[in-house]
Amino acid sequence: MNDTIAAISTALGVGAISIVRLSGKDAIEIANKCFKGKDLTTAESHTINYGHIIDQDEIIDEVLVSIMRSPKSYTTEDVVEINCHGGIISTKRILETLLLHGARLAEPGEFTKRAFLNGRIDLVKSEAVMDIIESKSEEANKLALSQLTGTTSKMIKRFRKKLKQLLASIEVNIDYPEYLDIEVVTKEQISIVISEMKKDLETVIKESKNSVIIKEGIKTVIVGRPNVGKSSILNKLLEQEKAIVTDIAGTTRDIVEGEIYLDGILLNIIDTAGIRSTDDIVEQMGVEKSLSMIDDADLVIVVLNNNEELSKEDENILNKTNGKPRIIVINKNDLNKKLDISKYNLKNVVETNTNTVEGIKDLKQKIIELFELETLKSKDSNYLTNARQISLAKQAYKSIIEAEKGINNDLPIDMIEIDLKEAFDFLGEIIGETYSEEILDHLFANFCVGK
Amino acid sequence: MKYEIIVVGGGHAGCEAALAAARKGHTTLLITSNINNIADMPCNPSIGGPAKGIVVREIDALGGEMGRNADKAALQTKMLNTKKGPAVQALRFQADKITYPKEMLKTLNSTVNLTIKEAMVEKLVVKDQKVEGVELEDGTIIEADSVILTTGTYLKAVVLTGSTRKPSGPHGERESKFLSDNLRSLGFSIKRLKTGTPQRIDKNTINYSKTSEEKGDSIPHTFSFDNIVYREPKDQISCHLIYTTPKTHEIIKEHLNESSMYGGYVEGVGPRYCPSIEDKVVRFSDKERHQLFLEPESLFYDDIYIQGFSTSMPNEIQDLMVHSLPGLEHAKILKYGYAIEYDAIDSKQLKRSLETKLIENLYTAGQINGTSGYEEAAAQGLIAGINAALKLEGKEPLILKRNESYIGVLIDDLVTKGVKDPYRLLTSRAEYRLLLRNDNADLRLRDYGYQVGLISDQQYQVFKKKIEDIKELTNLLQTTRITPKKEVNEYIEQIPSTPLKDGISLYDFLKRPEISIENIKHFIDIEYTLEEEEQVEVNAKYEGYIRKANKEAEKMLALEEKKIPDNIDYELIPNLASEARQKLAEIKPTTIGQATRISGVNPADISILMVYLKRNG
Repeated sequence: MNDTIAAISTALGVGAISIVRLSGKDAIEIANKCFKGKDLTTAESHTINYGHIIDQDEIIDEVLVSIMRSPKSYTTEDVVEINCHGGIISTKRILETLLLHGARLAEPGEFTKRAFLNGRIDLVKSEAVMDIIESKSEEANKLALSQLTGTTSKMIKRFRKKLKQLLASIEVNIDYPEYLDIEVVTKEQISIVISEMKKDLETVIKESKNSVIIKEGIKTVIVGRPNVGKSSILNKLLEQEKAIVTDIAGTTRDIVEGEIYLDGILLNIIDTAGIRSTDDIVEQMGVEKSLSMIDDADLVIVVLNNNEELSKEDENILNKTNGKPRIIVINKNDLNKKLDISKYNLKNVVETNTNTVEGIKDLKQKIIELFELETLKSKDSNYLTNARQISLAKQAYKSIIEAEKGINNDLPIDMIEIDLKEAFDFLGEIIGETYSEEILDHLFANFCVGK
Repeated sequence: MKYEIIVVGGGHAGCEAALAAARKGHTTLLITSNINNIADMPCNPSIGGPAKGIVVREIDALGGEMGRNADKAALQTKMLNTKKGPAVQALRFQADKITYPKEMLKTLNSTVNLTIKEAMVEKLVVKDQKVEGVELEDGTIIEADSVILTTGTYLKAVVLTGSTRKPSGPHGERESKFLSDNLRSLGFSIKRLKTGTPQRIDKNTINYSKTSEEKGDSIPHTFSFDNIVYREPKDQISCHLIYTTPKTHEIIKEHLNESSMYGGYVEGVGPRYCPSIEDKVVRFSDKERHQLFLEPESLFYDDIYIQGFSTSMPNEIQDLMVHSLPGLEHAKILKYGYAIEYDAIDSKQLKRSLETKLIENLYTAGQINGTSGYEEAAAQGLIAGINAALKLEGKEPLILKRNESYIGVLIDDLVTKGVKDPYRLLTSRAEYRLLLRNDNADLRLRDYGYQVGLISDQQYQVFKKKIEDIKELTNLLQTTRITPKKEVNEYIEQIPSTPLKDGISLYDFLKRPEISIENIKHFIDIEYTLEEEEQVEVNAKYEGYIRKANKEAEKMLALEEKKIPDNIDYELIPNLASEARQKLAEIKPTTIGQATRISGVNPADISILMVYLKRNG
C-alpha cells in the first residue's frame, strides 16, 4: 500500500462529468506533474483548484482538482479527485497521463480496501461501499446507501444488546451464585428473548434473501421445447434483438443473457437451447446446460406452444420445473388451440403471442406479483446485503434454535448460554464488533457483587 | 552460599513457587519478611469459588500444594452452582486462618532443598539484563541463578483508613520501600493498585438470632485428588447471612467524603468485582440492601470476617456502620477495615512462562502481576516455580493453553491483555469453560504434572487407573443394550422418563437429562468410583456441547500453531495500523493466536501480519 493508485471512479461515458481519483502518498505530486494551474503541492486540504490537465504541453481537458490531505480523506491517504468533462477519450487520457507519471491503476474496489485497511471504515460499511460500486439498479443503490447510514448495524446492535443483558445476567449467576438479591435468570426469561430474537432474525434473513434479489437481480431462465418461441419472448422482454430468432428448430444453442428492470428490480434473463432429444452433439450439450440452468434459477419461465399438443418433452419440462417459482407462458395464442394442460392444474399461467404486447405485459405483471416486488421496494432497509452477512445471520439463527432446544431438553442454563454466546459472537462478526470483555464490562457495570 | 532459585515473598504464590522449585530438585531459598506470615490469608477466610475453585483443582493436578493444604484447613465445604451444569460447578471452602499457614509451613519445612530466611529484599542483582541474585536491606547479597518475585501487596504498600495514609503492609507488617523503584529503574512500568478488606468482629458479641445460618454441604468434598477428608460434614462450621439496613446506607452517604476513596486519598486502581461498601451504596443507589456474610476465620480465635463490607472509612465511622447491622448492634470490632495501595508491574512485560521479557531468569507471580486472590497467586507461583526450574534444566517452559486450564486463561490474559484493575478469574473469562471443569482437572493436567516431576509415580498410577476405568465403563455402557420389555419400561416410567420404543444402549439412555448413573445401575452391576461415574455421565450427557467446544478450541489451537519469530520487527511490516504496530511490538506475542487476543489489533492487522510472515517465512 506504499504506492499511489488511480482510477476513473465514475461510469465511463455516462453523465456530464467524470472523476479520476488518486490515492497514496504521491497522489498530490503526481497530479501536480500533469496539472497546469496553481502549485497543487502547496494547496490546502479540502480545496478545489481550477486548471488544465496537460500531457507534455498539450492541454487534454479543463478540470477542477480537489485536494484532500491525509488523514481526512476517504482512504486516510492523500487523495486527489480530478473532475473532468466526461468524454470517454479525454477521461481515459487523463488516467493514462497519471499512470505515466507514477500512479498505478487501481484494482476494483481498491480505494475501499485501503479505507478499510487504514481503519477508516468498518467492515459493514466497506462491504456496503463495494456493493455501491457493484450495484446494478436503483433499488440496490438505495439499499447500499441505507446501510452506510448504519441501519443494519443498528439492528444488529439491538439484537446484541438484548443478548448481552441476558448473558451478563447468566454470568453473574454463575460467578456469584450466593448473591441472593441478584435475580436468577430463568429458562422462561431466556425463552422470551429467544422467541423474540428468533422471529426478528427469521424476518431479517428472509428479507435479506430478497435483498440479494434486489442487489443481484432475479435469475430468470426461459425453457421450452425448440421453436415454441422462447427467444421471441425474450426479445419482447428485452425489447431489443439479442437472441437469434428463426423458425428452424434448434438455433439458440448458446445461453443468451439479457437484463431488464421491472419496477426498479433487475431481471437477469437467460434464454436456453430448446429441450428435446437430439443426436446433434453440440445441441445435446446445449440441452444439458439448459436443464442445469433450471436448478440455479430464481424464476423459470416455461414456454409452451398453444398450437401443438402437449408433448412428452413438454411434460418432462413441466415435471423438471415443478416446485421452482415458475410462470407458464402459453405462446402463440393467436393460433389454433391444440394444447391441453388441464390435467396439470397449473398456476401462474399467462397467454401470449409475439404479435401483440398484451401477453408480455401480463407476463411482467406476473413476475412482479410472484416476487412481491412492490412490497420488496417499500420495505425498510433492514437487510443484510451480502452472502457473508447472511451466512453469519443464519449461523446466529441456528445457535438461537440450539438454545431453544436446550431449554426444551431442560439442559442446565450454562449449556444454553453456550449457544446464546455463539449467537452473540456471530452477530458481532457481522458488524465487526468482537470485543472479548464486553459481557464482563456489562456485568460489573450492572450488578453489585464482591466482598 | 549460592542458590539455584530464590523466591522473594512467602504468600500463596511464593509458597507454591518455592515448593515446585525445591521438589524439582533445585536448591531454593524462600525469603520472607516474617516467617509467621507464611501462607497468610490476610483477607477472606475462604478458598475457591467459581473458576477459582477449579484453579485449586488444577494446582493439585499439576502437583501444587494449595488443594491439599486447603483440605487440611477446611472449616466448611460447599459445591457451588450444583443446580447448573457441570462446567460451572466449583468448590469453595471456608479455611482456618491458623491451620492453613501452619500446615503450609510444616510442608515447606519438611521439603528437601528448601531453606526459609527471614529478611527484606530491596534490590535485585542484575548483570547484562540477567538476574544474578538479590540484595537485602542490610546490603547482603545472595546469589542465585533465578529469582521469582512474589511480593504481594508489599511494594510501597500504604494502608488507608479515612484520611490517614500510613506506609505499611497488611496487618501492620513492614512494607518493601525500594524494590519497586529498583524494578522501575530496570525498565519495568510500575502501576498502582488498590484493594481493601472489611472489619473483623468478635463472634461472642454477635446476636445470631437476627442472622440466618448458612451451612456447608452434607456430603464431603476435597480439593485434592488425593481425596482425603480432614473435616467430616457433621463437624463443619456455619457462616451467617445478614443484610445492610437503611441506616447503614444513611451513615455511609453522610460520611462518604471521609472515606479514603471518596475523600480523594487513593491513587491506586481498585478491583471492579470487589467494590467497597461505599462503592456499592453509591453505584447501586437503587438497591435497598446489600447482603453480607459473617464468616468465621478460625477455630483458634474469635474473629468473624464481614464478607461484603470492605471499607476505607475512618474507624469511628466504621463503628457506626457495623453497629447499624442486624445482630451486630453491640458487636466489638477487633480489626478495622482498610484499603491498601501497592505497586505492581505491567503484566504485559511478561512472557507466557512468567519470566520477564526485560530481565532473563527473573520471574514474577501473584499480586505483583496485577492479580488478586489467593488462588490466582498460587497458580502463578506454581507455574513460575516450574518454569524457573525447567529453564535451569535447559527445557522448554510449561505453557498451559486456554482450552486446557483456567491457569492458562489467567496467564494468557495477563501477558496479552494486561490489567487495569486487579484481575480476578471468572468463569466467563474462559472461552471453553465446558472443557475446564472441576471434575476433570486431573484428566486435563496430571500428565503435565508428571512430566515436570511434581507428581509421584504412585499418584500417577492411581490416575492411569482412573483413565482406564473411565474407558472401560464407557465401553460397557455403549455395548450393553436395553430393550422395550415390559419390566424395563415399567421401571423407566416410574423414574419418570419416556418408555422405550426400540432397543437402546445404556450410554445413549444416560444421555437423557432426567437419567442419572444411579438409574443405569438398575440394569447393570457396576463398581466404579464416584469420580469415574461422573466422568462418564458428563461425557455422555454433554457430548454434543463438548464436541463443539473442542472444535472451537481446535480453531484457536491452529492459530496458536502459527508462531511469530522473536526477532520480528513490526516497523518493517507495511500497512499495519499504527496502534496495532505499537501493541504488537509491546506485547511481542509468540503466536498468531495470541496476537488475535490483543485489544487494538484488528482482523485486518492479523491478515497483514500473516501475509507478511508467509512472505518472509
